[in-house]
Amino acid sequence: MRARTPFKVFRVAALVVVVLGLLAPLVWMVAASLKTNVDIYDPGKAVVFGPTLDNYSKVLKQANYVQFIANSLWVAFAATALSLVIGVPAAYSMSRFSMRRSALVVLMARVIPAVSLLVPWYYVFSNLRMVGGFTVLILSHMFVSLPLIVYIMMGYFDGLPMELEESALVDGLTPIGAFRRITLPLSTPGIATAGILSFIFSWNNFMFALVLSGADTKTLPVAIFDFVGYAAIDWGGLMAASTVVTVPIMLIALFAQKYVVSGLTAGATKG
Amino acid sequence: MAATTTARPTTPATTSTSTPAWSRWANDHRKWLFAAPAMIFVAVLIIFPVAWTGYLSLTDAEGSVRAESEFIGFANYAEVLQDTDRFWPAVMRTVVFTGGVLLVEVVLGMAIALLLWRPFKGEKWVRVAILMPLVATPVAVGMMWRLIFDPNIGLANTMLGWVGIPPQPWLAGEKTALATTMFIDIWQWTPMVVLILLAGLTSLSDEPQEAALIDGATAWQRFRHITLPLLMPTVVVAILLRGIDALKTFDILYATKGKGGGSFHEVETLNVYAYGLSFDYNDYGVSSTVLIIFFLIIIGSMWALTSRRKDAA
Repeated sequence: MRARTPFKVFRVAALVVVVLGLLAPLVWMVAASLKTNVDIYDPGKAVVFGPTLDNYSKVLKQANYVQFIANSLWVAFAATALSLVIGVPAAYSMSRFSMRRSALVVLMARVIPAVSLLVPWYYVFSNLRMVGGFTVLILSHMFVSLPLIVYIMMGYFDGLPMELEESALVDGLTPIGAFRRITLPLSTPGIATAGILSFIFSWNNFMFALVLSGADTKTLPVAIFDFVGYAAIDWGGLMAASTVVTVPIMLIALFAQKYVVSGLTAGATKG
Repeated sequence: MAATTTARPTTPATTSTSTPAWSRWANDHRKWLFAAPAMIFVAVLIIFPVAWTGYLSLTDAEGSVRAESEFIGFANYAEVLQDTDRFWPAVMRTVVFTGGVLLVEVVLGMAIALLLWRPFKGEKWVRVAILMPLVATPVAVGMMWRLIFDPNIGLANTMLGWVGIPPQPWLAGEKTALATTMFIDIWQWTPMVVLILLAGLTSLSDEPQEAALIDGATAWQRFRHITLPLLMPTVVVAILLRGIDALKTFDILYATKGKGGGSFHEVETLNVYAYGLSFDYNDYGVSSTVLIIFFLIIIGSMWALTSRRKDAA
């Protein structure tokens, strides 16, 4: 559609404002992570300052972040992998056999406030002396990743034509064989979308680890609070920690943009 | 599966005779076999806990998780519903927060989605920029804005100084804290609305637009009478998805104000209140009551929206 010049100018200006508004705060966070605490307090050093990596060495060495990065990676990977293993076949069944009521139950998990699960979990798992271990943490993160994976994969299977499976049956494959050798390989993009989204949401999750993790098992979002003291905040360390948590996820979003967007908007236009 | 490859089956009939019994059983029952692990997980770790929360809300469970508790009927509900000190203000904040951010996010999200609708040079980079706040870790986002909104050293007050406006307390102010956290939520989640609406816009057909253009309709008329009505189902989806998450906002509130929504409970929403009752006060009975009421509020507003959605469709 043709657009008039004043509109074009307005559009470019508006887009610049949007992009700046979204990115400037993130740039500010990274900039502050490269400043000494003295420079952070000095408005004159807002833009021009002598960058230092001291905050990062503090985060990685003194604050034990290598451990917390490993914890976050392990929990997010395990929760995503387990949820894919049980979620993908479930989504397949729910899509092919139109198990709408069962699907609704799984999707209700998106609606339930996490606190209402944490109280009973805390009751049970602290009696089993499992609070603070990885098992409980991974199970809790599956509460986030499983419904997400089922939701995305159901939409994906709904869109896959039945004909391929049917012709595989005619060729002598069993129904499960057809699922394994025909449907699953065809679903790789869907599985990638679901897996990436699940990883991001698990990595970003805060509340479960806040209650269920221990000193050795805490994940990055909880570890950020190590830099917030009662008396004072170590701003440089806090911004470096925040950057360390956020940047890996942003890189994933940058390189897997297509998958992330299709996962986030899955089912939005079906009406 | 190995049995099927030994012979060269020409018809399905030969396959079924050469398939082991367990495999035939598995294939016949695959519907439930595939769904069972996920369903068991959901039943054990979600349905059972929710039911237990319902039970706890009728008891005086408090203190240690190993402590004895007694069944007290609906006494907790009576107590909570009469609590004008913490409960009702928390309900009000939840409503203000959710209603406020939804309104701004949908209006702003619609504007940005319309800006991005038609292709332009550099589109890819704008879309990447839109994705960044959305995937950023909410706790880290809270910390980032905490620095920017710091009353003494924050960039926000520095920028106000440039245009001669006196410094504001932002997150530290009793009256400004909630609005500031709403701003943070809007910054992070408007992109979500943009992505959903953009997906909706892209799926619209061009023909009604072109017909209206030929008839001489202005841009606003085309938006008001063609784009918006066609996009309405997607708008409802966006409101639904964002609304559920906005009601349950926790991370940025905890990151910016800490326990209890700050020393004056300035940003204590229902979710923050329920969390505090559970894990700061260990008052499990009352917290379960608040959670059940909260849950009903969420379900109720969803139901109201989806019935609207059917009307719109």
